[in-house]
Amino acid sequence: MSVLASSRSGKPRVGLFVTCLVDLMRPSVGFAAVKLLEDAGCTVEAPVQTCCGQPAYNSGDRGTTRDLAMRIIETFQEFDYVVSPSGSCAGMIRKHYPELFEEDPNWRAKASALAAKTFELTSFLVDVLGVTQVDATYHGAVTYHDSCSGLRELGVRTQPRLLLSSVRGLTLVEMNDSDVCCGFGGTFAVKYSDISGSIVDAKARNVEAAGAPTLLAGDLGCLMNMAGKLSRGGKPVQVRHVAEVLANMTDEPAIGLPREAALKQDQP
Amino acid sequence: MTVHTTSPQFKQNAARALHDPQLQKALNNVKQGFIDKRQAAADKLPEFEALRDSARDIKNHTLEHLDLYLEAYEQKVKASGGHVHFARNADEAREIILSICREAGARTVTKGKSMISEEIGINHYLEANGIKPVETDLGEYIIQLRNELPSHIIAPAVHLNATQVEQDFRRVHTHLDAKRDLSEPVQLLTEARAVLRERFLAADVGITGANFLVAETGTSIIVTNEGNGDLTQILPRTHIVLASIEKLVPTLEDASQLLRVLARSATGQEMSVYTTFSTGPRRSGDADGPENYHVVLIDNGRSAMLGTSFEEMLRCIRCGACMNHCPVYHAVGGHAYGWVYPGPMGAVLTPSLIGVDKAGHLPNASTFCGRCESVCPVRIPLPKLMRHWREREFERHLTPASVRSGLSLWSFFAKRPALYRLATRAAMATLGFAGRRRGRFSWLPLAKGWTKHRDFPAPQGETFQARWQRERKGGTA
Amino acid sequence: MSARDEILAGIRRSLGVKGNETIRRQIVQDRLERAPKGVVPARGQVSGEERIALFRTMAESSLATVTEVGTPAEVPQSIALFLRDHNLPATLRMGGDPRLKAMPWSETALEISQGPSEGQDLNAVSHAFGGVAETGTLAMISGPENPSTLNFLPDNHIIVVSAKDIASDYESVWSRVRFAFGKGGMPRTVNWITGPSRSGDIEQTLLLGAHGPRRLHVIVVRE
Repeated sequence: MSVLASSRSGKPRVGLFVTCLVDLMRPSVGFAAVKLLEDAGCTVEAPVQTCCGQPAYNSGDRGTTRDLAMRIIETFQEFDYVVSPSGSCAGMIRKHYPELFEEDPNWRAKASALAAKTFELTSFLVDVLGVTQVDATYHGAVTYHDSCSGLRELGVRTQPRLLLSSVRGLTLVEMNDSDVCCGFGGTFAVKYSDISGSIVDAKARNVEAAGAPTLLAGDLGCLMNMAGKLSRGGKPVQVRHVAEVLANMTDEPAIGLPREAALKQDQP
Repeated sequence: MTVHTTSPQFKQNAARALHDPQLQKALNNVKQGFIDKRQAAADKLPEFEALRDSARDIKNHTLEHLDLYLEAYEQKVKASGGHVHFARNADEAREIILSICREAGARTVTKGKSMISEEIGINHYLEANGIKPVETDLGEYIIQLRNELPSHIIAPAVHLNATQVEQDFRRVHTHLDAKRDLSEPVQLLTEARAVLRERFLAADVGITGANFLVAETGTSIIVTNEGNGDLTQILPRTHIVLASIEKLVPTLEDASQLLRVLARSATGQEMSVYTTFSTGPRRSGDADGPENYHVVLIDNGRSAMLGTSFEEMLRCIRCGACMNHCPVYHAVGGHAYGWVYPGPMGAVLTPSLIGVDKAGHLPNASTFCGRCESVCPVRIPLPKLMRHWREREFERHLTPASVRSGLSLWSFFAKRPALYRLATRAAMATLGFAGRRRGRFSWLPLAKGWTKHRDFPAPQGETFQARWQRERKGGTA
Repeated sequence: MSARDEILAGIRRSLGVKGNETIRRQIVQDRLERAPKGVVPARGQVSGEERIALFRTMAESSLATVTEVGTPAEVPQSIALFLRDHNLPATLRMGGDPRLKAMPWSETALEISQGPSEGQDLNAVSHAFGGVAETGTLAMISGPENPSTLNFLPDNHIIVVSAKDIASDYESVWSRVRFAFGKGGMPRTVNWITGPSRSGDIEQTLLLGAHGPRRLHVIVVRE
């Protein structure tokens, strides 16, 4: 792993942008991200935070978006890096924050500075830290969905696959159209639920056809959408964030599975 | 507005499309055909990405000097013996076309595929004035028989299956043997070829669109695979070219750059079968070709897009790659969009042309997956432009009240981190507890749209920030 | 104000153009004069045998058939053979191209007729202005020598092209057109033809012979 110039400790100081969905729905993903970053030699902090503003941004509310973006910028500007277990939220900061402040040179400079040091988790590990393997075991086949923002805004495609290839016991089976949208699209899934339902139906069929018992991806929104569709269709596919597998933290039940059953199973 | 729109009923249109098994079957052809072919064509040409940049730059340059290139083009067309007409809007364009047809004493008019002709609704207008328009592109011919709009800008009948086409041919071609075999697509093609051959030879006027207009030479360019556009323009005595003003390019070299990305992006061909460069009417000594050559340059809202954030949309060369790669288009097809232009390019262009009050759904009905932008040969940032429309709607209070109130509730908390932490901690604890046995909800208040089609996974219970504070003693908080 | 003037004024307003346009006009004039080439793919930048071979490969991949003959005098026999092999009648329509007229048609049993097509001809032959190796495209020029209708109405279209006229790229064809017709001049029609007519409009299934020729046969004359 490369050594990076940084704060007093000599370790890169990373601010974890945990994202709303991970914060609220699945904190274990955040802790998996922390473990991966710490194992890779980073100091990780998670300052008090809320939303990056993407829901407002995509609903056309630039004013609210700017307010929220200013908070994020002020909260995270002190770190060497900002890392997020989400291509969508990292993409919001990296690609869209500078655009938000086009007419405000002062804030645009701050937004650009933050954008330049903000990364999606797996691409940070691989592209910035030079990590090529993780210490994890996961038995069985997995298939991987490329979430749109990560893939097309940040170029996240090979990085998670490279890291997964180092997981003991794991084989990656590619599904058809892994790069096609799952139909989540934030508020789209609610505003145009019928269309979203049809798109995620096609995705679920591709997941099922791949035949792997586990589905992984790097964005919790997509994962909840796909997990919800698979469970509605009675498909026994375990759905997890890729960070959980890479961090060897798969004790928590998969997305949408009961907690109590898992607790019972864990007791000898 | 020129052609009736059902864009305001986008949701109902989409619901109908999703429940139409014939349509769903036909849409599979889009998913399977175009995408792999485009990718293969792009992979075979190492310069493809550089050509996309070049295509974008040529269009940008032309748009920045559009007035001057239009003047140069007009001068060249006149010098070659052709006529140039300017139309501010659809009404003017239709009147100009009708008067040219009348002057030519036209009874029937053949037509090459042209989206601008759909935009101005010329067929119905000519018919109402006693002139019979005949679409000659196979797909356009089929949808004309059905009195439909195209559902795709390069494959107008992509929403239909062969059996539907067979039924239409039997209904309309009543002069043919009722017992003929039409079970194979090739038999349908052969029949259309024979029927249309007579129309080509009998037509008094031929109307085509233009993929590009060349300022350097006063040339109009059409691109087809069937050859119908050529028969439309060389057989009748009068050829009318309809083109919107943004079709200009400076030179033949510039046109060649754009042609290198057009077919590859559209159908995955290295080059379309017929690329035709027409300059003026027949020359002395010529044995064939039109005696009269007219160009109708149509603005219909374009000049007002220049200098705005939607100017980039005027780069569009109508290849259809954006819709070929769009998950929403794949799900609902083109007719759901409710006007002439479907898919991502339609979601940006339609509000410009018919008003965002009518077409407001279109730029919202996107997941912003970005696949359209990633394949656009002229690199139009389609999601960004759709977002611009959403901003206009928000400013004009056209955003639905439910979305606005949900959003303001969310941002109220998001701007108050302490309150946010309290509220989310309580909410997630409740939801987590309620969902602990099943791990998911098949129904939730306020999330009906979600749970109609999929379960809502239960949260783990404690929020990340609560646990972080507990375990790591608060981080920097 | 006329529609024309109003549209042009609207464009200038939208673009924020005011007053003196000397610089803009100069930019436009320069571009029209210089006609920069842009990105020309390396694929076609080969010469001699390699270029002919590339032309042939690309034309065949567009579903044309290609044959080569040594001299113009061999063209009539080659066409007769092609028609016989495909069970086609020994008839042929052509324009007044002197290169075609000079060929020894009387050595064959072909029934030759001259002039544009009115839609009844099964077979036609035209002489190309040039070819483009990059995509296996033929460049045809309208006129009494090679009427445009011959390119589209017959079922079987045969195009003769001289090997020396097969260029690397489209740009080379344009410079020949400029040489022949003057800068800014064009023949009434230039047809680029890449393969036989086709349609995918019914269930996206590729079918040949939509409105134009079902077969495109290219004869490359080496000499």
